[in-house]
Amino acid sequence: MVQVYFEDINVGEEIPQLKKNCSTQQLVLWAAGSGDFYQIHYYKDFAQSTGLKGLIVHGALKNAFLGQLLHDWIGEKGELRRFGCSYRGMDEPNQDILCRGVVTKKYQDGGKNMVELDVWTEKPDGKKTSPGTAVVTLPSKA
Amino acid sequence: MTQAQQSVITEEMRAAVGVEGPPVTMEVEKTNCRMFARAVGHSDPIFYDEAAAKARGYRSIVAPPGFLGTPIFRPGSGGGVPGEMGGRGFSIPYKRVLNGGTDYEYFPEVDSICAGDTITARSKIAGFEETEGSLGPMLITKRETTYTNQDGKVVAKMYGTLIQY
Repeated sequence: MVQVYFEDINVGEEIPQLKKNCSTQQLVLWAAGSGDFYQIHYYKDFAQSTGLKGLIVHGALKNAFLGQLLHDWIGEKGELRRFGCSYRGMDEPNQDILCRGVVTKKYQDGGKNMVELDVWTEKPDGKKTSPGTAVVTLPSKA
Repeated sequence: MTQAQQSVITEEMRAAVGVEGPPVTMEVEKTNCRMFARAVGHSDPIFYDEAAAKARGYRSIVAPPGFLGTPIFRPGSGGGVPGEMGGRGFSIPYKRVLNGGTDYEYFPEVDSICAGDTITARSKIAGFEETEGSLGPMLITKRETTYTNQDGKVVAKMYGTLIQY
């Protein structure tokens, strides 16, 4: 795993993207892993009976994708302090979900190198379905 | 809106703000950490392999971001994550409900969450807000859940937003 350092990053810069594309099998794995067994995520007839076009991806799974985006970016020496998002739009299985983040602030607090970010998931048309924020720490080179 | 909408926030609801619900015990088990990590698609071995996690200084397999343990299921209980969709149960005129979003806060300087931990989750309503959205008038319930491990250390907080309209 490549380590990113506090000195290497600047406000306004984007972090490496993470592309996801959920099979229905992944949604079933998530149902089991998270304990969210609501049928709109794996039973198409049920989803349509509630007025949806079809199956939708769990909001909490997209949130966890953002957790992975950040975990993989901060490396072994970084710390994930806070992350989360709002559930603003629906995503479907078998369609790309692009997880992105941009640095909004960097500062030192109590000897820690703090970095704040805007994070989100977006659909192929660029619509942000899960906008959120995050706080991480990064190590110094020195 | 042409005229002021009457508030749906009752005295009972106002009195419930800040009151902690009953504690919920969450178990952090190796298999659950692995299942959660696998469902997300994590590749870091600290979420799967105890030796890899220990080599990186953790006590055991690490709980992946967003995983705060599994509530102990008992037949007849609803199951589910405490606090995630909490805030229902009051008498309000809105029938539809949405999970508006979730934020997780961690305290790695205190301790990380690892397999073998037993976490106690305590949830409370942090406040109510009323707003007019594209879906009409909405009640927003902010909920805060604190996660304390077996050593009495607060290791995480979850901030949930519930939307009723």
